[in-house]
Amino acid sequence: MTHSSATNLKESQIKQQAWKRYFTFNTDHKVIGIQYLVTTFIFFLIAGILSMILRGELITPPSDLVDRSLYNGLFTLHGTVMIFLWIIPSLVGLANYLIPLMIGAKDMAFPKLNAIAFWLIPIGGILLLSSFLLPSGSAQAGWWSYPPVSIQNPTGYPINGQTIWLLSIIVLGISSIMGGVNFLTTILRMRAPGMHFFRMPIFVWTVLSAQLLQLFCLPALTGAAIMLLFDLSFGTNFFNPTSGGDPVLYQHLFWFYSHPAVYVMVLPAFGVFSEVIPAFTRNPLFGYKSVAVASFGISLVSIFVWVHHMFASGTPSWMRILFMFSTMLVAIPTGVKVFAWTATVWRSKLHLDTPMLFALGGVVMFIIGGITGVMLGAVAFDLHVNNTYFVVGHFHYVVYNTITMALFAAIYFWFPKMTGRMYHEGWGKIHFWLTFIGANLTFFPMLPVGLQGMVRRISSYDPQYAGWNILASLGAFLLGMATLPFMANLVVSCLIGIQAPNNPWYATGLEWATTSPPPTENFETIPTVTLAPYSYGLPQYSTVDTTDEEAIKRHGN
Amino acid sequence: MTNFIDNVLGTPARDTREGKKGNLLFGVTVFLLSESMVFVSFFLTYIILRLSTKQWLPSGVLGPQLSITIIINTIVLLSSSLVIYLAERAIKKYKLVRFRLLWLTTSVMGTYFLVGTFKEWQGLDFGLSTGLVGATFYLFTGFHALHIIVGIFLQMLMLVRSFVRGNYNRGHYGVISVSLFWHFVDGIWIILFSLLYLWQAKH
Repeated sequence: MTHSSATNLKESQIKQQAWKRYFTFNTDHKVIGIQYLVTTFIFFLIAGILSMILRGELITPPSDLVDRSLYNGLFTLHGTVMIFLWIIPSLVGLANYLIPLMIGAKDMAFPKLNAIAFWLIPIGGILLLSSFLLPSGSAQAGWWSYPPVSIQNPTGYPINGQTIWLLSIIVLGISSIMGGVNFLTTILRMRAPGMHFFRMPIFVWTVLSAQLLQLFCLPALTGAAIMLLFDLSFGTNFFNPTSGGDPVLYQHLFWFYSHPAVYVMVLPAFGVFSEVIPAFTRNPLFGYKSVAVASFGISLVSIFVWVHHMFASGTPSWMRILFMFSTMLVAIPTGVKVFAWTATVWRSKLHLDTPMLFALGGVVMFIIGGITGVMLGAVAFDLHVNNTYFVVGHFHYVVYNTITMALFAAIYFWFPKMTGRMYHEGWGKIHFWLTFIGANLTFFPMLPVGLQGMVRRISSYDPQYAGWNILASLGAFLLGMATLPFMANLVVSCLIGIQAPNNPWYATGLEWATTSPPPTENFETIPTVTLAPYSYGLPQYSTVDTTDEEAIKRHGN
Repeated sequence: MTNFIDNVLGTPARDTREGKKGNLLFGVTVFLLSESMVFVSFFLTYIILRLSTKQWLPSGVLGPQLSITIIINTIVLLSSSLVIYLAERAIKKYKLVRFRLLWLTTSVMGTYFLVGTFKEWQGLDFGLSTGLVGATFYLFTGFHALHIIVGIFLQMLMLVRSFVRGNYNRGHYGVISVSLFWHFVDGIWIILFSLLYLWQAKH
């Protein structure tokens, strides 16, 4: 009696202090993971507001809402914030939360380094956004910052938006490298006994492949950013064509990282699909080993495809052909994954809870993103639609419709584990349908309007494109609104949601074997792994549990 | 090396002191491999620009020339790799005094190299914005010098730690990591030296 009341007292004290942990320099990977997710979500909202201003401008053909330099600044920072401050770090945050739990470790290999890597994100982000306040305005050269545009400094201020942009990219790059070292060490050296490579969940495989790409390719961008910074601020001529420099060289260095960066983003999203789909179909993941190896295949091939961004940059024909083939080669391991998910769903008992809806929605939209990607890989087609909205539509199908949907799936799926409470299913479904309809309404019109020849990065356009643009803008506002039920649901469920069981989905991962939320040390004793992952069908993972009426109702068994 | 592979693929000693220090060594190696890609991007930039541009050297500018000072500098830096290796061996045998002496010698040799680099900078007849030769030369040697400064700082840190009683009784992974970093910086210098001084193409 005494013992239990003492425990209760301690627990209530811990609960009172719990929320404060999320604002401190904490070294617990779970706290850091949630810090990442919340911080990057704020940046997601900011970048989303920027994009709605852009779409507001584009709802009418003339340039009337914002002036052109501000428009340039808006799309530059929209792209930069979405990529470097939402997609990449939010997936890092998710991985931070999950990887030690999934492999049965107590924490990441270097907890302090982990915390430093996180705190560099808000620093870099605030630095980047503060550039709007500069008298010369924010960076305007696009998120790719091609010279010679990016090394122009017409206003003559010693520090301009572009300088700030480069500094924050370097800061965020350092954070990513720290994360990469940490993930690689954790995954390769901290696995629980019995957790050998082919017992790792696919999410771990995808994070490992993605972080290898970060470590190998990101330094090239850092090198390029340092040289560009010197060109801009100290009068060197690396990329300045008027003094013998080579602007195309910058493109090579930039895309040597920024193409693989697409896979840094999309691979963990694939990992999420591979976790969610088996759990809600009660089927083992079809072709587990081939899906695992395909992750490595994707990251390996992706290193040799960067020139496809430069088909129109005076690239010699032999090089175009070579990179056309390597680009299309990516479709093979990617196709393996899509077929594996399809085969997992085949003849299964589907449970269409919110995470599953987002996962299926994401896979369907990825098929559109992937097919348009193969189309763009063909040199002749690429030259035709180069610099049009077709390209914008394609990468938003991948980056928003696939990766952001995967992130929503992941947040709903692991929300009970992270907070110990269930989210509200009804509001989750409303969020899904608003997002799914809104996203298609926004990004699909970009494909036909791009084929018709509307170029991107412009604030005014020919009135013949007005119809599709109105649709896309309305879709963008709907998409913006779709975020509101999501936020409301999460905040309210976090405070007053019903208590979540340890394993609400009857899933197989190690993270479900511990309590919700997990204790500081993750597991009371380090588990020994004896089973292959995704062994749905074993009695302990059955949803038919006569002792838990709640679950029976929820799963309709 | 076998130890290294064992650490990666064998069953890691996860929560022990040895396991954690093995993690550190592994992490440092991964970081250095990643860091080397920054230098690779610099090397490639140098090679591509030098082969393709016609404005490498402005008229009247000689460019970096191989002089006796630079050769001595290079010899000092490269032999410091040997000294740091000997220091590493001393700490393995827990011979603290010998370790401190050798370790300090490495730092002094590194500092000598730094001073030499800055003196060379002062004597050159081209600046940072003089054609591509200035841009590549100053940025790349400067970035390398920055690594030397970091290396010396880490060496000082390890030296101070050696005076804390019991610090190096059971492990010396910090020392091994710093030494690895130093070998890495030396290796980079060999490539930089070859590119900047030995490759004297006709212009």
